[in-house]
Amino acid sequence: MKRLRAWLVRLAGLWPAGRREHDLADEIESHLQLHIDDNLRAGMLPAQARREALLKLGGVEPTKEAYRDRGTLPLVENLLRDTRFAIRQLRKNPGFTATTVLVLGLGLCASVAIFAFVDATFIKPLPYRDPARLVGLFETVQFCPRCPLSYPDYLDWKRLNKVFTAVDAFEGTGFSMRTAAGAEMVRGAQVTAGFFRTLGVAPALGRDFRAGEDSPAAPRTVMLGYAAWQKRYAGNPAVLGQIITLNGDPHIVIGVLPPNFYFAAADSAEFWTALHTTVNSCYQQRGCHSLHGLARLQDGVSLESADANIKLIAGELEKQYSSNRGQGGSVVSLIELEVGRIRAILIVLLSGAGLLLLIACVNVTSLVLVRAESRKREMAVRSALGGSRARLVSQFVTEAVVLVAAAAAVGLASARWLMRLLIGLIGADQMAAMPFLYGLDLNVRVLAFAAAVSLAAAAIFSIAPAWRSFSPDLRAGLAEGGRGSAGTTWRRFGANLVVLELATAVVLLVGAGLLGKSFYHLLHVDMGMQPDRLATLRVAEPDSVRNSDAKTVALAHQIVSRIASLPGVESVALSSMLPVVGGNTMWIRVIGHPFHGEHNEVGYRQVSSAYFTTLRAKLLRGRYFTDADDASKPPVVIIDRALAEKYFPGEDPVGKQMAYSGATSPPMQVVGIVDDIKEGPLDETTWPTLYVAYNQDPDDHFSLVVRTSKGEQALLPTLTVAIRRLDPGIAAFDPRTMTERIDNTSAAYLRRCSAWLVGGFALLALLLGAAGLYGVIAYSVSRRTREIGVRMALGAQPGTVYRLILKEAGWLIAAGIAIGLVCSLAAATLLRGLLFGVRALDPETLAAVAAVLSIAALLASYIPARRAASVNPVDALRAE
Amino acid sequence: MNDKTDVWQGTLALMVLKTIETMGPLHGYGIARRIEQTSGNLLSLNYGTLYPALLKLEQEGAIASEWGVSENNRKAKFYKLTRQGRRQLAKEARDWQQATAILSRFLSPSGGAA
Repeated sequence: MKRLRAWLVRLAGLWPAGRREHDLADEIESHLQLHIDDNLRAGMLPAQARREALLKLGGVEPTKEAYRDRGTLPLVENLLRDTRFAIRQLRKNPGFTATTVLVLGLGLCASVAIFAFVDATFIKPLPYRDPARLVGLFETVQFCPRCPLSYPDYLDWKRLNKVFTAVDAFEGTGFSMRTAAGAEMVRGAQVTAGFFRTLGVAPALGRDFRAGEDSPAAPRTVMLGYAAWQKRYAGNPAVLGQIITLNGDPHIVIGVLPPNFYFAAADSAEFWTALHTTVNSCYQQRGCHSLHGLARLQDGVSLESADANIKLIAGELEKQYSSNRGQGGSVVSLIELEVGRIRAILIVLLSGAGLLLLIACVNVTSLVLVRAESRKREMAVRSALGGSRARLVSQFVTEAVVLVAAAAAVGLASARWLMRLLIGLIGADQMAAMPFLYGLDLNVRVLAFAAAVSLAAAAIFSIAPAWRSFSPDLRAGLAEGGRGSAGTTWRRFGANLVVLELATAVVLLVGAGLLGKSFYHLLHVDMGMQPDRLATLRVAEPDSVRNSDAKTVALAHQIVSRIASLPGVESVALSSMLPVVGGNTMWIRVIGHPFHGEHNEVGYRQVSSAYFTTLRAKLLRGRYFTDADDASKPPVVIIDRALAEKYFPGEDPVGKQMAYSGATSPPMQVVGIVDDIKEGPLDETTWPTLYVAYNQDPDDHFSLVVRTSKGEQALLPTLTVAIRRLDPGIAAFDPRTMTERIDNTSAAYLRRCSAWLVGGFALLALLLGAAGLYGVIAYSVSRRTREIGVRMALGAQPGTVYRLILKEAGWLIAAGIAIGLVCSLAAATLLRGLLFGVRALDPETLAAVAAVLSIAALLASYIPARRAASVNPVDALRAE
Repeated sequence: MNDKTDVWQGTLALMVLKTIETMGPLHGYGIARRIEQTSGNLLSLNYGTLYPALLKLEQEGAIASEWGVSENNRKAKFYKLTRQGRRQLAKEARDWQQATAILSRFLSPSGGAA
């Protein structure tokens, strides 16, 4: 207690106070007077009396010094004095200070911003109870390691497993919701009754689904996502008990989910309904796969043993049911499912940002070292005047801390801005799939990361110059007055730093080059169609036509002809699914080929007669569908080249017959072959695809594809309005151009982001590397001015001087590029998952990077070389 | 100065407190002289070391200071004991007595036998 009090008083003593100093002088003076009076009384002479008094006191100044030390906290006082001095020094060198703070701030900005994404994705826990024990369940078939479950299989897994405390299922879906403005498509999910209990999420308002509420007899119930509740119902609690019509069925609102809840696997659903097996005939078939499984591991059960148990059950079911042939099971941690898809890109980006930070640190270190070099005399003088080594080192430390603090402030502020910018660039669709990125900001963990990086940087910037200043050879250098050996040592050390910088820049440039090339390849992949000038729109027909194929087809035709009559429209087609997004699959057999119930899985699309002409696909043989191919005619199909090659090897498929693998399926005649269209992801090989005539196999959900003669973007709103006008019960949603859709696919999106960001990092690295090289060469030139002057005085031509300087730079550049290329081979393996159409070892990219870096580096060294060549020998010699 | 003992670390504060308690409010010079006299001139006190010690006690709240006038009409800073200082003195005196008692038992010729 009394210690604390004394400490506080001393802390207060740090503020300069003339009064205290004055008081002390008075007190000591009075002490001396009293003592002198006594001495005089004892019979001493006045001079002797004063001398004795002073002796006994131990001197006025030492007493004051001891008193002052006790009066304040000497350590803190020195620190404050050092800080003031450091700030004054830094102010006197605005160029140095600004460069250091900017360069380091840049490195911090990039790494902190990327770290914030890493934190939000991998470090911040998912908003569920004990998320590490949650797993996703999948069925596996060849080429599809994570396929949805069928409802009967889900029930069997739930019943037979010995490893889970709970098993539930969900399916992300869209609901056509009746609103005042007409039908609106909303994001939703159907879940089994125990879903939220398994997650460990309790509703913020109202109640959770009760057990059995997902049985066919139970009334339909719905829970609202918090955002949907705020947006659509203004956060009014009275929404509980209200009836909402989803897909034509009334649902009672029973609860609202908490604000921090998200579930990426269901794409930020707004409405969560209890799953009713009657809504969809798919749920009754063991061969129809649409559900995702969610389960909680029992205590002490590992992911591996759960996986083994599920595989065992899947094996039993495979023996029991022909529909399960070739189907295994797989258990995947939910964390992996939620965030796994951006792991690769985040690792790449974090590495990129880390390398940029490294370059920035190296750059600043060399700046700090050059500055320390030029302050040798100052240090020598201070040391000679009795400045202890600790005091001198503490000066370096203080300056480093002040610099890093300023850089950290700049870095954090700009990191916050960069994070906002990146989130803004992500786009609503991608954000829905990455809900964990909502609310991304500087939090405790991110700040701790920034603090750790800053501390490390401060340590480097204080240790490096302190160590350089006190190494023995430098001491010798000091004595010489700072010429010669010290300069040479520094040049060698600085040169090593530059090689490190250039090598790092090479690694980043190679990464950016490979990613950029992948992105280019991806966008120039042969899609089998012309995606430009295509407008697309998704449509859900109203409930009134739901159960009648004839009505469904009639309305689809009405919609198509209405759109076709719009100005600027060249042709209109519809398809059950749009290209590049994937879609459903079917099991087929070729009639006349041996068949033993194997699952020949092919992509499957219901398309209208104009589909291929609208996309401008290429017909290889046979014919397209016509409007005459309707329910009254025998079924016809068109196959793509991949299907023809896989299932009709060495035959002409046109005129042959196929059927679905089920026993009751009627034969369908192949009437045409089209060249492969990228119906699935851009970065995957085209899956064999079967096209059936929409008129013969209609669907009340489909997408429109519209080829326009002019701007397809401008047509999008017109399309929605035209369809609404036709019937407000039709939900027309997700209007988008085909190009936009392609850009937004996960394959293109992840590569575009990584290519741009790593490209940005690489560009900055190139600039910093070149600046570092310039610094070293310029320093070297300034050190060698006299040597160059002598050489020129002795008759050296400017060309020789150029050669002299550029040779020095050339070695550094060559070493940097060579080391960088070797390192980039290792780095490229890290990128492998993101590469497309380009190998990790791509000579073209490596050569281009080497060329770009050489040119930039030579330019950077040309400037000081020119200065060296234009040295006037007379001036150079006179300056000495 | 030859056979005089230097002041042991930590004991100066106790001597200062005891001196002020015995003498009442006193200036720094007076305290220093009194300590020397009380020790029978066996202690050698560098007067200058007294002032940081006084400052420390003041910072800890054991003593308070005030400018006043000395017996021979000199302006001087007088130190007096606070209530907390009195408590501190009582406690430290007790501790010290205990410590010296223990040590003297060790050092007395018959020590250890009992």
